[in-house]
Amino acid sequence: MSGVRVLVGTRKGAFILSSDGRRRQWKVDGPHFGGWEIYHLKGSLADPDSLYASQCSGWFGQLIQRSKDAGRTWEPAGNDFKYDGIPGSHQWYDGTPHPWEFKRVWHLEPSLTDPETVYAGVEDAALFRSTDGGGTWAELSGLRGHGSGPRWQPGAGGMCLHTILLDPIDPGRIFIAISAAGAFRSDDAGKTWKPINRGLRSEHIPDPNAEVGHCVHRIAMHRSRPNVLFMQKHWDVMRSDDAGDSWREVSGNLPSDFGFPIEVHAHEPETIYVVPIKSDSEHYPPDGKLRVYRSRQGGNEWEALGNGLPQRDCFVNVLRDAMAVDSLDSCGVYFGTTGGQVYASADSGDSWEPIVRDLPAVLSVEVQTLS
Amino acid sequence: MIQVMLPQHLRNLAKVGGVVTLEIKGPATQRAVLDAIEASYPMLGGTIRDRATQKRRAFVRFFACGVDVSLESPDAPLPDAVAQGREPFLIVGAIAGG
Repeated sequence: MSGVRVLVGTRKGAFILSSDGRRRQWKVDGPHFGGWEIYHLKGSLADPDSLYASQCSGWFGQLIQRSKDAGRTWEPAGNDFKYDGIPGSHQWYDGTPHPWEFKRVWHLEPSLTDPETVYAGVEDAALFRSTDGGGTWAELSGLRGHGSGPRWQPGAGGMCLHTILLDPIDPGRIFIAISAAGAFRSDDAGKTWKPINRGLRSEHIPDPNAEVGHCVHRIAMHRSRPNVLFMQKHWDVMRSDDAGDSWREVSGNLPSDFGFPIEVHAHEPETIYVVPIKSDSEHYPPDGKLRVYRSRQGGNEWEALGNGLPQRDCFVNVLRDAMAVDSLDSCGVYFGTTGGQVYASADSGDSWEPIVRDLPAVLSVEVQTLS
Repeated sequence: MIQVMLPQHLRNLAKVGGVVTLEIKGPATQRAVLDAIEASYPMLGGTIRDRATQKRRAFVRFFACGVDVSLESPDAPLPDAVAQGREPFLIVGAIAGG
């Protein structure tokens, strides 16, 4: 029988929420790693029982945990994230050079085909890869070394590599995004990289059309059509139809085009979801109403989805990695809030119900569809 | 043999109880204790001190015989009572963060 496993990273531990394919009744398991920040956890497509978790704290630093039994037990994996060569410097907030310093792992992306291979996006921004189940890590240093690295600058949350998209059709192609440097693409499995930010416009940086320096919050693709990318930028929702070579704005009638997550429906490549947030200085929904917005036209025309979500006095945020979809026949959509709620829709966003209401602040949500 | 008391989160990580007992080769110093901990419990690598620089993590403190020895040289000898296993070497997560 089909089922769903929702992997939730929070400020104080990880939680695993599971249900059968009807998605009406949920079992809540956790906290795992209680008291630790779990920035992200994600399962392997090649082996759904294989999970990776990024565990960190201000006291004891970064750890990686691995489970081979769907989260019932975990073992610490390797946590030696050493930049390749002399790390050099990037720009600090005031524009002065600042040495590259490892702080934490924001995102773990298991290979689409090999459960022992996993990518890690880290702060200060770099991409690492492990081919031994997280035991050892090697930097794919062509990213930081391609030339623009010294001009990268941290966003408000730090200089983090937060998005890793592996192309399901072309195994050599990887997309990543960094706040606040922008989006980058490799066509040779991570050896060399190029910025893909043409068409992005950011009014708050010295050159609004710069090659790098844009605060990309998240990018997403549909597995069947990896040349089409959707982006939630700091401000602006963007779309590319040429694998990031050029972008155009599709914010359309959104009440605010600031936000963090963006997701694509599992079966409808032109159906996308965002969660508008009032502004970059007010990280909560407009009018105190928590609403997901859905476009069935790949952007520009958006509809508000609030059925079942709080429509008054709601001032939570939804962070960049805290939205995901399942691939059951009726696509499920899930997101978590900084208020500790995880909401689920079993009907593509038409209606919502909370799975849990009182977790610690949610940092990430991932979904595994189980057959 | 030296006794070391780890903070709760690191005890959970290493799957050990309150106090761990370690054999130290050579003089008993902070560095020797941390080397022995990391050799016996590799999952603690990087959690107490930086892997590359070996500098103590900012919010971790070391106590011996009721004295904060965090700022002493990692190669300074620990008190005899700790070196002889009569008093534990305490690794403490600082009270910080509000």
